[in-house]
Amino acid sequence: MSSIYQALVKIVGADYASDRKEELFTYSKDLGTSEPLWPEYVVAPKTTEELQEIVRLANEKKVAIVPLGGGMTLAGLALPQQGGITIDLKRMDRIIEVNEQSRYMVVEAGISHGKITSYLHKHHPNLMHSEPGAPPAATVGGNLAIHGQGDLAHPYGFNSDMVNGLEVVLPTGEIARFGSCAVGSGWFTMHPLPDIGLFLGWNGTTGIITKVSMKLYPNKKIRENNLFVVEKEEFVPDVLFEISHLGMAEDLIATSSEIPPMMNRLHYVSIMISGDSEEEMEFKRHLTFDVQLSKYIRSGVGGIASVSQERSRPQVSKSSDWKKGGGFEYVGAIVPVTSYPECYRRGAEISGRHDIPYTVLGRVIGSCHSMMFSWSYAFNRADDLTVKHARDALHETDELVMEINGTIWKPAIFGQKLMMDRMDPGALRLMKEVKKLLDPNGIMNPGNWEVI
Amino acid sequence: MHLMEYKYKDMIHRCFRCGYCKFPTDWSDVTNCPPYARFRLESYSAGGRLWLIRAWLNGEIEWSGHLAEIVYSCVSCKNCVEKCPHSFADDVVNMIIAAKTAMVNQGLLPKSVTEFLTNVQLHGNPYGISAKKRGDWMEGLDLEPYQGQDYLFYVGCEGSFDSRAQSAARATARLLQQAGISFGVLGDKEISDGNEVEMMGEDALLEDLAQRNIQMFFDLGVQNIITLSPHSYNVFKNRYPDFGGHFKVFHHSQILADLVKQGKLTIPETPDTRITFHDPCFLGRWNQEYNAPRKVLKAVPGATLVEMERNKKGALCCGGGSGNFYTDFLGGSEDSPARIRAREADAAKATILAVACPNCLTMLEDAVKVEGLEEKIKVRDISEILCG
Ligand SMILES: Cc1cc2nc3c(=O)[nH]c(=O)nc-3n(C[C@H](O)[C@H](O)[C@H](O)COP(=O)(O)OP(=O)(O)OC[C@H]3O[C@@H](n4cnc5c(N)ncnc54)[C@H](O)[C@@H]3O)c2cc1C
Ligand code: SF4
Ligand code: SF4
Repeated sequence: MSSIYQALVKIVGADYASDRKEELFTYSKDLGTSEPLWPEYVVAPKTTEELQEIVRLANEKKVAIVPLGGGMTLAGLALPQQGGITIDLKRMDRIIEVNEQSRYMVVEAGISHGKITSYLHKHHPNLMHSEPGAPPAATVGGNLAIHGQGDLAHPYGFNSDMVNGLEVVLPTGEIARFGSCAVGSGWFTMHPLPDIGLFLGWNGTTGIITKVSMKLYPNKKIRENNLFVVEKEEFVPDVLFEISHLGMAEDLIATSSEIPPMMNRLHYVSIMISGDSEEEMEFKRHLTFDVQLSKYIRSGVGGIASVSQERSRPQVSKSSDWKKGGGFEYVGAIVPVTSYPECYRRGAEISGRHDIPYTVLGRVIGSCHSMMFSWSYAFNRADDLTVKHARDALHETDELVMEINGTIWKPAIFGQKLMMDRMDPGALRLMKEVKKLLDPNGIMNPGNWEVI
Repeated sequence: MHLMEYKYKDMIHRCFRCGYCKFPTDWSDVTNCPPYARFRLESYSAGGRLWLIRAWLNGEIEWSGHLAEIVYSCVSCKNCVEKCPHSFADDVVNMIIAAKTAMVNQGLLPKSVTEFLTNVQLHGNPYGISAKKRGDWMEGLDLEPYQGQDYLFYVGCEGSFDSRAQSAARATARLLQQAGISFGVLGDKEISDGNEVEMMGEDALLEDLAQRNIQMFFDLGVQNIITLSPHSYNVFKNRYPDFGGHFKVFHHSQILADLVKQGKLTIPETPDTRITFHDPCFLGRWNQEYNAPRKVLKAVPGATLVEMERNKKGALCCGGGSGNFYTDFLGGSEDSPARIRAREADAAKATILAVACPNCLTMLEDAVKVEGLEEKIKVRDISEILCG
């Protein structure tokens, strides 16, 4: 029995540490196309103190650590590139505080988004947070570590723009807090303290997020999805612009996919609206369709596909089972909304080349400030050739994003390299310095954002 | 066995490991798959288990005792079936049971599983107690052996042998007597119903037990069966027809609900009690019976029926299914499902944690004790509550 394993058992107890191949196998894979990468140990701490001890141990032994939340990125971002210890953070899942009047909640970062939604629904029905369309087991910490976006992206931006305070275990094991909580005044704001944006979007390479104060938003009593359809991809940016001008929609998403046939080559814009009364809803519907989008309806190139659909939790992972294959992965890019037509056309071409029915989606972030555009590639987990096709398609798409001057969101290692190849040297140098300063032993999720 | 011979070879890779199956119906937490709640490592989630099973059958990893424990820690509670969004959802638990069968067929089993199955084979019960003692539970009750009465009251292994579950069997028998139901019992002729052995992958033993039971029921002229355990109810109702045994099967909660409705029972007053009901998986998710036990409890004068946060389709299993009440792969921790459930009953401010399954009764009673809640919460089978 290795001394590291014994030390881990001492920290968390035998039930929550493992060096057995069953756990190592399980944590060597994620849901996407990545080749397996095996950790040497898996550990699941319950408290920040346990986590700190694990991080100190890793420093002492110079062994890599990989924080893991839900493991849902699909892009292999929590697979150990260099072995070491995978730290499953999902036991750190407490709700610490909900401040209804100031509209924020403080949680441990391993909590699932599903649990938060359910808790607010039951105990604070007039509040909501921005839940990503990921499976509900995705965690708050993991989502922030990749700059995720949820169903309030259109009005309020990236989820990482909705942070009121952070607690982080640094790569050396110390704790640091940011925001008003750092000066002991509660968790209600990130500003006006000096900006230390060192942890969001870093894939856990600069520290492990342990507590988060998240902004909450008004949750209206009625919520519905309305679908508007247009024939041509060229219309989509303007449709989105018109709706964002109103400023009344919550989630705003354009999609097109080859299957089912009714979606093929058409572009559906899903407009989520909410209100506290039927009167408010009718007013919003009226302004959306009869005023803002009426030019499309009148000219016959666009129309209302459906109104007042009930909003249910997205079960996007169904797309993984296309052709009974059990797998899909997507490239997400943050691009200008005006890139939608090109992204769609070029994506459909890539899909066609790899014999995968195309599925694309663009979620508006902010008032059309940008869009998360995704190209999904389904594969059959039991058929290596289809996995290879999906992987190749993903790489081609990463390159496409670079070609059209986009940025790849939650890039896999391949995409991270593409981004860093073109990165401004000043920014790259700073990233390197930050990394060296914070993580002197290079133990934090090595291989990710590896600035050479 | 190689993957190619596995019944679900064309399906098992379709699990995306997306983890919807960790949640209850209200999405309140990731802890509704009991083994995952207990260990919180992905290997113990439904998806982790399916991926491991595939890797074993594929030759990617070898069999080990730990692998077998992970597979056998599945309590067949069907939460995954309830929550998986995919079209193969109905078969998620079947894929795990089929892996257990593969282990049985190769003799690759954890010791406690082998013991359980051997005991059932040799003694007709998992405890390894002499079959002659099977009728001891009814001492002093003046029950008739089954000889053509309207109903056979099938008690099952736990009700016959486990001292705590015996009390529920006795209470049920008393209520049937009180209501003037014509029924008989099998006494020491009774043998295991086979539900657990099937959940543990021992198909051949299920077949043997089913055939022996069916033959005995035919010989005695049994047509209607009342079961104490939802596990017996499940196998008699859903599996015995596959072996030619077609009977009208009732769970005791259904009969009791009917008797309550007809006013045939005098129910003692229980003032100032708050009762919460723990849905047994083999009554609830396996057979969609959520109302009968609640109807019974609503009829208890002076009591208020309150729900735990996770209830009905979303209930957390006590952790005793698929033989785990005996093999105990989920015990020994404050995160053992039964202990979590005991705390949930406390959070609902219940003074009685009502059950309708002898497995749940023993699991939860132990858990309430370990949690130090026995002064606050009594664990009672619905029949015991009606008896007072
Ligand atoms: C079907 C599907 C739909 C999706 N839709 C969306 C969507 O709409 N919006 C969206 O944003 N995402 C989406 N995703 C992507 C992803 O699932 C989510 O972003 C998810 O929230 C990531 O969180 P996680 O807990 O799974 O992170 P993980 O995959 O566990 O981790 C992500 C990265 O962060 C690191 N990390 C994990 N926890 C921490 C921590 N506490 N501190 C520091 N680093 C950490 C990991 O090492 C890894 O590099 C989707 C995924 C799927 C499969
Ligand atoms: S069983 Fe279904 S819900 Fe669970 S991980 Fe697999 S695909 Fe997802
Ligand atoms: S049947 Fe229950 S214990 Fe087994 S995998 Fe499904 S949810 Fe988990």
